[in-house]
Amino acid sequence: MHASAYEVLASAASGTLSSFWLLIVIPAASGGILLLLGRRADRWGHLLGCASVGVAFVLGLVYFFQLGGLPATDRRATLDLFTFIQVAALKVDFGLLFDPLSAVFVLLITGVGFLIHVYAVGYMADDPKRRTFFAYFNIFVAAMLLLVLGNNYVMLYIGWEGVGLASYLLISFWYTRPSAATAGKKAFIMNRVGDAGLAIAIFVMFANLHTVSYDGVFANVDRFTSGTTLALGLLLLIGACGKSGQFPLQAWLPDAMEGPTPVSALIHAATMVTAGVYLIARSNPIFDANPTAQAVVAAVGAVTLLIGCIIGCAKDDIKRVLAWSTVSQIGYMFLGVGLGGGAYALAIIHLLAHGFFKAGLFLGAGSVMHAMNDQVDIRRFGGLWKYMKITWITFGVGWLAIIGIPPLSGFFSKEPIIAEAFDRPGWAGWVLGFAALLGAGLTAFYMTRLFVLTFHGPERWTDDIKHPHESPPVMTVPLMLLAIGSAAAGALMATPVQDWLNPTVFGVEGGEVPEHVHLSHTVVTILSIAITVLGGLLGWWLFRNGTSLQEQPAGPVVTAARKNLYGDTVNETVFEKPGTYLTRALVYFDNKGIDGLVNGLAAAVGGGSGRLRRAQTGFVRSYALSMLGGALLVAVAFLVVRLG
Amino acid sequence: MSDAGFPYLSLLTGLPLLGALVVALLPRTRPALAKQVALAWSIAVLGLALATWFAFEPNGDRFQLRESYPWIPTWDARFTFAIDGIALVMIALIAVLVPLVIIYSWDEVREETGTPAKRSVHAYFALLLALQSTMIGVFAAADIFLFYVFFEVMLVPMYFLIGSYGGARRQYAAVKFFLYSLVGGLLMLAAVIGLWVLGGHTFDWQRLTEADFSQGAERWLFLGFFIAFAIKAPFFPFHTWLPDAGGAAPAGAAALLVGVLDKVGTFGILRYCLPLFPNASKYFAPLGIALALVGIIYAALLAVGQNDLKRLVSYTSVAHFGFIGVGIFAFTTQAGSGAVLYMVNHGLATGLLFLVVGMFVSRRGSALVGDFGGAGKTVPVLSGVFIVAGLASLSLPGTAPFVSEFLVLLGTFSVYKTVAVVATLGIILGAAYVLWMIQRTTHGTPNPQMAKVRGMRRDLSWRESIVVGPLIALLVFFGFYPKPLLDVINPAVAYTLHDIKKEDPAPSAQEAGK
Repeated sequence: MHASAYEVLASAASGTLSSFWLLIVIPAASGGILLLLGRRADRWGHLLGCASVGVAFVLGLVYFFQLGGLPATDRRATLDLFTFIQVAALKVDFGLLFDPLSAVFVLLITGVGFLIHVYAVGYMADDPKRRTFFAYFNIFVAAMLLLVLGNNYVMLYIGWEGVGLASYLLISFWYTRPSAATAGKKAFIMNRVGDAGLAIAIFVMFANLHTVSYDGVFANVDRFTSGTTLALGLLLLIGACGKSGQFPLQAWLPDAMEGPTPVSALIHAATMVTAGVYLIARSNPIFDANPTAQAVVAAVGAVTLLIGCIIGCAKDDIKRVLAWSTVSQIGYMFLGVGLGGGAYALAIIHLLAHGFFKAGLFLGAGSVMHAMNDQVDIRRFGGLWKYMKITWITFGVGWLAIIGIPPLSGFFSKEPIIAEAFDRPGWAGWVLGFAALLGAGLTAFYMTRLFVLTFHGPERWTDDIKHPHESPPVMTVPLMLLAIGSAAAGALMATPVQDWLNPTVFGVEGGEVPEHVHLSHTVVTILSIAITVLGGLLGWWLFRNGTSLQEQPAGPVVTAARKNLYGDTVNETVFEKPGTYLTRALVYFDNKGIDGLVNGLAAAVGGGSGRLRRAQTGFVRSYALSMLGGALLVAVAFLVVRLG
Repeated sequence: MSDAGFPYLSLLTGLPLLGALVVALLPRTRPALAKQVALAWSIAVLGLALATWFAFEPNGDRFQLRESYPWIPTWDARFTFAIDGIALVMIALIAVLVPLVIIYSWDEVREETGTPAKRSVHAYFALLLALQSTMIGVFAAADIFLFYVFFEVMLVPMYFLIGSYGGARRQYAAVKFFLYSLVGGLLMLAAVIGLWVLGGHTFDWQRLTEADFSQGAERWLFLGFFIAFAIKAPFFPFHTWLPDAGGAAPAGAAALLVGVLDKVGTFGILRYCLPLFPNASKYFAPLGIALALVGIIYAALLAVGQNDLKRLVSYTSVAHFGFIGVGIFAFTTQAGSGAVLYMVNHGLATGLLFLVVGMFVSRRGSALVGDFGGAGKTVPVLSGVFIVAGLASLSLPGTAPFVSEFLVLLGTFSVYKTVAVVATLGIILGAAYVLWMIQRTTHGTPNPQMAKVRGMRRDLSWRESIVVGPLIALLVFFGFYPKPLLDVINPAVAYTLHDIKKEDPAPSAQEAGK
């Protein structure tokens, strides 16, 4: 069931499809106008912001159907707009590719994106910087579309860092709060760690093949040594982990909840954080060529999905619970793309379903916060179902969808991934399968806890809240549409999307039935429904009467989960603190050592340069020390040069 | 004798000098007139530079617009001007930056009398034009003695700009700048004389490239030039003058110092070290890369630890020069073109950053990071421009520096994998120092001390937006469409690599079926 050799198809875009660059340009132009006009655009900026994404969605639909009208094997259109960089053998086009994989992403980004834009009109109504918000939001959409529409890795990289920029600007949107400013910076820097991995992967491709285009690389994967494909796979994985908040680069994502809630819904749940999944799915010929790299991806997915579930159980902040649940759900997608073969499409289906239900859950959380004076502590909610019926019902649909109750979308998208995990031969199948199964149970538990504590049980509100109110229609209509999507999407998507993606993108023939290695599909289905129901019932039973308002003392596991399994602590002790000390030491060394040394030499040579001699500080001993330090640095660098 | 028909290069060099004289001689009672004349003059130079740009054939000869006039016949030193694509882009950069720096300095420089260092508006603008003349001359010279003279004379206007118009430590910084450069200059003078003696008693660049040196002599001559250029650039460990000079210089002069004048160092390596001493260049390339690599990481860490905005930006430049150095000594076309493109882009990005920092500093009356905080609330547009400048400085895709950094790293990777990987870590540190700087100055609640200063409530003025607007536009344009620059840079870099007989490695993956 592995992909057949990659075929490069002649596919220059023609007809209607030749204008699909408009998808990127329209939101980008709107964002640029909103930024350049400044306050002059305050009155209507949000309308332009919504309209540009709406138009992009309509265009996306048109292109989608155009593409669908083509025979299955010809479903791709490329567009080389102009030569971006050309130096000797390196030629990078500003080139785009519209194929089934990018098409579904375009619809997700613009469709869900449009609904969230509309919701934000209401959510940000009282914010004096609403126009700026929409400018950043538009820039994000444009960058994300470039990411999924590029036909080479450099285009992808530009979009990749572009969405990182938008994410940074929007997380620190309320920058007067130090926590928001810090969270934005943390997100950008941790993302850059991943970006460095992606950049090096591009260098490896060029050094090996003198090309960085998808077609050029994928058609020549068989020329790589297995060491090269492994290196490429792992480097791409580092990039994917950074953007998607996967282990070990997961710590920034929950902090990103400092941004306004629509940002959490669009960027940090539905679209940007799934870019890592896109990267791996897009690079499937590379991963198919190296089973070790695939296994590492699957392992990262399994570890992360458990990390996310465990921490999600211990959090009391409504947005943080959802954030960790995002980490965990993307873990399922990584597990899927790591399994390869038919599971690529399953991961993409889960990604689409997740885009709907997680966006709906976040927007529902925003609606609750609106009603509760921006309270985020689920211990201070309770009984809200009476006061905000639309939010309650739509959130309920999202809750049932994410835990995977049939016939909602989460069931159809998550359960096949669990089944595929069990189909992996050997002990790995058992480990991955049980991890995914356990994750399903834990998800049911913490999501039920969240739902019950928020909407049911006794009212535990803070004193300043008298009459919680439902949100205005501009916010509730997107909620309803997303709920419909979460309910129906899975069932509608499961088969057609698979047939849509498999032949052209993943090289998997339709109708292939995977071989069941450990457990039959029926057994897995029964097990996963059973464990989900069990987890849900346990959550309901434990929290049906609310919970205490203060944090209670807990055992080591819960304490560790509350502290994010010490991820931040590790970053702090391994990177931040030593980094700070190193920086301070170097500042001292540079001022007293290197500078003093050179000044001293100059004074000695010049003899009469009294001015410098007076200014210099330090003694022969410290000069000797700094000479040693400097020589050591150069020696280390030499070693690096000698390594090649 | 000019084969160009029109003496573009001697005019480009001489015109600003004439302007400097005119501005200096204007009546002292009318400072506004001095500014206007200086601005008009620099715009005329920009126009001439544009004409030069179009007169230059990207696919023509290596050196074009050649002019040669007799000067010192006994030494065979001539006033020879000729430019290749590398010199052309640098001259264009100068021509763009100087008018913007003049507009920036409009109200920043005020007449001061009675203080020990008397400040005169006339002198400031005259010095800027004189500096422009010497900087153009150093890039346009095709005679090594002429180059050396411009290389040294260039120090004089900059010395006075720092020493008379700078901040608190200006005297110390100016002397330090002068002495460092002088030491480098003396080493170069020795090498220039050695070159003349061993190279057949001529200073003509073309004829010297054909000279044969013994291995030992070539290496010593290389080192003489290289150390002079490494001090100027500056490379680790010769960098410590730059934070002092950049920290003390007025922001406009600092933008020119870091944006252009320092590039003479990296330009000199490309124009003189590589073609004249190809074997020594290959012999010492690992040293060059090692020093540059240390610079990338070391200076970035130091930038994180700075408390003074202008010193911080200076250290970021040392790190950027590390990238340029790696690109030059990797000896591949991508890395070489990337390095030259980096020289232009860094001039635009760091020039912008220095000017914006200058706007903050003159409003606040302090360059200390701790004296700011929450400026986004009080001066939102200026803070936005600051963020844009910072993002360009961390080489964000969509801004011009990304293209050059990407080319340098990609070109280096194909020959020195580990070096490129370590240098790529520099992009993480780049994000750290820029974002940390932005967070401490513009984010958070407004610092009460800062909010009291009246200037910190005045947002970007009309005049300031004329300064930053063109720079941002160029950074974004070349971020998406670097072709106009690469078209002139690529052939020049190819010639340089041909001089040292280096070819790009073939793709390392096996051909299918082998």
